[in-house]
Amino acid sequence: MVQQPDSLSVSSRPPPKQRVWSWRSQAFRGTVYQIVALAVLLAAAAYLLHNTFANMRMRGIQSGFSFILQPAGFGIGESLLPFDSSNSYLYAYVVALSNTLRVALLGIVLATVLGTVIGIGRLSRNALVSTLCGAYVEITRNVPLLLQLFIWYFILTESLPPIEEAWQANGFFFSKNGLQFPLPVAELGAHLSTLGGTALGLVAAWWYARQARLRRESTGAMWPVWWPSVALVVGLTVLGWMAGGMHTEWDIPERTELNVVGGGSVTPEYLTVLLGLTIYTAGYIAEVVRAGIQSVPYGQHEAAASLGLSRAQELRLVLLPQALRVIIPPITSQYLNLTKNSSLAVAVGYPDLVSISSTSLNQTGRAIECIALVMACYLTMSLLTSAFMNFYNARARLKDR
Amino acid sequence: MSTDTFQPIASRPPPESQLGWKAWVRRSFFDGWGNTALTVFTLIALLLVVPPLVQWAVIYAIPDADNDACRAAHGIGACWGVVAEKGRLILFGRFPYEEQWRASLASLALVVLLVLSCLRALWRPALVVAWIGVLSLFFVLMRGGVFGLSPVETARWGGLPLTLLLSTVSLVLAFPLSILLALGRQSHLPAIRTLCVLFIELVRGVPLISVLFMASFILPLFMPQGTTIDVLARVLIGMTLFAAAYLAEVIRGGLQAVPKGQLEAAQSLGLSYWQTQRMIVLPQALRLVVPAMVNTFIGVFKDTSLVTIVSLYDLTGAVQLALGDADWRKFFLEGQLFVAALYFVACFAMSRYSVWLEQHLNTGTRRQ
Repeated sequence: MVQQPDSLSVSSRPPPKQRVWSWRSQAFRGTVYQIVALAVLLAAAAYLLHNTFANMRMRGIQSGFSFILQPAGFGIGESLLPFDSSNSYLYAYVVALSNTLRVALLGIVLATVLGTVIGIGRLSRNALVSTLCGAYVEITRNVPLLLQLFIWYFILTESLPPIEEAWQANGFFFSKNGLQFPLPVAELGAHLSTLGGTALGLVAAWWYARQARLRRESTGAMWPVWWPSVALVVGLTVLGWMAGGMHTEWDIPERTELNVVGGGSVTPEYLTVLLGLTIYTAGYIAEVVRAGIQSVPYGQHEAAASLGLSRAQELRLVLLPQALRVIIPPITSQYLNLTKNSSLAVAVGYPDLVSISSTSLNQTGRAIECIALVMACYLTMSLLTSAFMNFYNARARLKDR
Repeated sequence: MSTDTFQPIASRPPPESQLGWKAWVRRSFFDGWGNTALTVFTLIALLLVVPPLVQWAVIYAIPDADNDACRAAHGIGACWGVVAEKGRLILFGRFPYEEQWRASLASLALVVLLVLSCLRALWRPALVVAWIGVLSLFFVLMRGGVFGLSPVETARWGGLPLTLLLSTVSLVLAFPLSILLALGRQSHLPAIRTLCVLFIELVRGVPLISVLFMASFILPLFMPQGTTIDVLARVLIGMTLFAAAYLAEVIRGGLQAVPKGQLEAAQSLGLSYWQTQRMIVLPQALRLVVPAMVNTFIGVFKDTSLVTIVSLYDLTGAVQLALGDADWRKFFLEGQLFVAALYFVACFAMSRYSVWLEQHLNTGTRRQ
């Protein structure tokens, strides 16, 4: 008779008894270190707070955020949102934030485009182009941004013609007073209809791309994706515009005796900050793009060619997905840097967050509150940007099985 | 049986058309329509931009500090005379004129030490002593009040010495702090790790300018009643904390690159935590990140220009100050370009050095 092996018959030693507690255990020491660190920190904070309150009492500085709803009493040079001095400080901060975002978002887009072009240019086999792009990168990266901003500001405000003699082309006017440009006349219904068309086009393009992918995965047949998507977006936008009554009215700036009126306009301060940030950050982005492209081994190109992929397919299906994986994390930090660097706008007098905040600080004397507000705004922007880029990065990452 | 042994035939040279400078020119400028068009387009763009620039900067430029000649040439030629006229104000800010030899001596000492610190043969403990000595000398020369030197208050320090001082001292002070922060961030103790992460992410999430505003507006409130803190010291504290957060992330990169086996080996030898870090981990980690630290130094060096906004006159601020007077206001651009060139030379040299280090420093661990 075969003895049934008893699954529990293997006598294992009982697990070593957990040592109950010791003065010399690592866990105990760790706890002590942490308690000491926290205690020292709290004591330091308490001391500094005590000093702060004593100083504030002595100098008669008021504290608290009660000022935030009082009228600001100062004007803001330029903004998308209407603002006058009777609006509250809170609203002034909102306007300032919108100004910061206005310059940072456009700067990110322009710097990405310019940086990508220059980064690819640096890898060109054309020695002229690659040398020029290399020089661009070295010059922009090795001179402080603040100095670059001062130089651009001087050029934009001193070397351009006065507004009476503004350079003119196709309804654009460029002078010491900034740039005036044509704007479509505001017509809410028509704009909404056009935008609705664009939105519809985006949804349709997404749906089409998904269908194409599903079909490719199930049958292997390749549908073109790029051109139909573009056609869908453009076509539906045009349809929406036509449905909205085909408004073609533009508000074109016109020259008068001493001025240029009408249309949209941006100040030289805005142009300076936008130009400076774009040119400076593009130098960094160019290096990121170059490193990303160089990180894809040459064998990938050869493999793609031997599979019979066209140059465009190779770029889209083989090279870009691999390069993007390397590019996205550093480019995210460049976007964050650009947003933070937009705070240098204060140096040329563009009313951004820091500039409005230091005006508020001078008027109310509440340094802690004003600086805390600015820091909170930038911190939120940083966290939101990195959250979005992390989400995008997770999609572009190598898919582990 | 054949006694022939294998005789390799010498490889043939590449065809004539692939050799020499002609082939190189063809290959890099004119192979295919696209490339040819690119070359022609670039050449036309260069022809449009370069000659006027050369005319302005060289041919019609006025090299002498002659205000009338400069005014006459304004818009046609550059006025480099502004550099001769305002050079000392740009380089030394509001430092008393007859004492400026002290500022230049102090800067020279610091620059020489910085250059010497780049030589690997001199990376030894004596270098630390040299740093302490030179920084003391720097402060004595700048501050005065001893050895018969007349005292100069820190508010009047400016220009190149201030830029050098802010960038080197804040980085020297930030270095030990950043090591602690990086170790803390890697620590197993949750409270310490959280504190370090909070500090690092908080500082890295806000612009330097807000840190400087905090240093100049809030720091005085932190002081015990009746005491004041010098504006230079405030800015130094702000810059140090800022640099420490960035440096800590660089060092963390190095810490993460040290293989775990090194730690385990150290533990099995019975080394304590601090012994492990000091003798095993940090030497390897820091060695790996020296190039990245040089890049951080470049960043801090450029960022010192921001102290202009809290009214200290470093190089960037001093040039604003120098060109404020009505006679020379028009030649602002020339002055700015001069300072930009100074920054460029310094930063470019450092970035080349960083690339060189990367290639020569870690050859032992890199796979060939």
